[in-house]
Amino acid sequence: MAANPMYQFNVYRIGPEIKIGEVDISFTNASLFMVISTLAILIVFNLGAKKKSLIPDKIQLLSELSYSFVSKMISDTAGVKAKPYFAFIFSLFMFVLFCNMFGMIPYSFTVTSHIIVTFVLAAFIFIGVTIIGFLKHGLGYLKLFVPSGVPIILLPLIVVIEIISYLSRPISLSVRLFANMMAGHTMMKVFGGFVVSLGLVGGWLPLGFSVALTGLEILVAFLQAYVFAILTCIYLNDALNLHH
Amino acid sequence: MYALFGFNYIAISAETGGMPQLNPEFWFSQIFWLTITFGVLFIILSKFILPKIRNNLEIRKSQIMENIEIADSQKTKSEKNLKKYDKLILDAKDNAIKTLNLAKEKIQLNLGKEREKMETELNSEIEDAENEIKDLKKSSPKKISLIAVDTAAEIIQKLVGVEVNKSNVSAIVNEQVKLVKDK
Repeated sequence: MAANPMYQFNVYRIGPEIKIGEVDISFTNASLFMVISTLAILIVFNLGAKKKSLIPDKIQLLSELSYSFVSKMISDTAGVKAKPYFAFIFSLFMFVLFCNMFGMIPYSFTVTSHIIVTFVLAAFIFIGVTIIGFLKHGLGYLKLFVPSGVPIILLPLIVVIEIISYLSRPISLSVRLFANMMAGHTMMKVFGGFVVSLGLVGGWLPLGFSVALTGLEILVAFLQAYVFAILTCIYLNDALNLHH
Repeated sequence: MYALFGFNYIAISAETGGMPQLNPEFWFSQIFWLTITFGVLFIILSKFILPKIRNNLEIRKSQIMENIEIADSQKTKSEKNLKKYDKLILDAKDNAIKTLNLAKEKIQLNLGKEREKMETELNSEIEDAENEIKDLKKSSPKKISLIAVDTAAEIIQKLVGVEVNKSNVSAIVNEQVKLVKDK
């Protein structure tokens, strides 16, 4: 019996070892669930986009509601200028959401519970947003670190703090998602272990907890995907609109 | 149960303690596959699927707007028609009242004329009759006295057997008539 709650996060090779030079890029269970999530998103939204009925059926409604949900989220947080980045944020939101949700299936693997995955996503966003900021505002983008209305004496301190907070964005963004997913799944595993070890007599209470936690985790899975996407929008807003 | 995912599991779990996330063995693999899957997802979504959904949404929006516009125009049209009908009905009522009044007036006028005509006719007839009566009244005493004279003369002739002068008789009759009138 796998008692260690961290076993579920193990990555292992599926199929042959693939190497490019010294770098191991073998297909793993993590890769498998990335592929599954991607395919699921593509299938669902392709089905939803195919039909063009005036009164949508369920799957069309699902895709159209998702579209307007993300669209509204972007326009609310980042304004009209963020429209060209809609496809990216939509893909990001859906990718994180589907990875989180597939992680909720027992014995599956949660892609987003790995810091390296979330960090790559966050770092990509961070670098992209920074590039957009400098492209749009030139060196004026540095004004982001100089908030208006701050006394001159405090300014050096504030600027340092702002720079640190800006640089820590990818870390906070990635750790938030990774830690949430990991903690939730670990907790579920721990309670599941309690059910087994306490047996028929005492196992019912942790079982109840497990059920409740599953509900909570589904909520967290959605919420973290939403937070990830909306923080991306907020960073994008800083880069596009630069009002500090 | 983890054997479902293959034998590698046992080997890895044996050699690593703590968080598997911090084991860099498959980091590059994860980065590689993440880039590929997310890249494919992004490209297909942005190039093929999202434009379709946007298109669908816009078509629906425009169609709904169109329908609303059509409905609005039809509404105003029908309201206009309704007003027209109302006006027609009102006009018709007015006309009916007018014609009724006209007819009444005409009838009254005709009635008055007829009555006047009749009255004048009647009046003239009455006048004629009155005139006749007057004439009769005027002429009757003379006649009466003439008749009286004649009869008196005849009576006298029969009774007495004498031819009497009519002027005498008439003088007497006149005298008598005067006497009667005086009484």
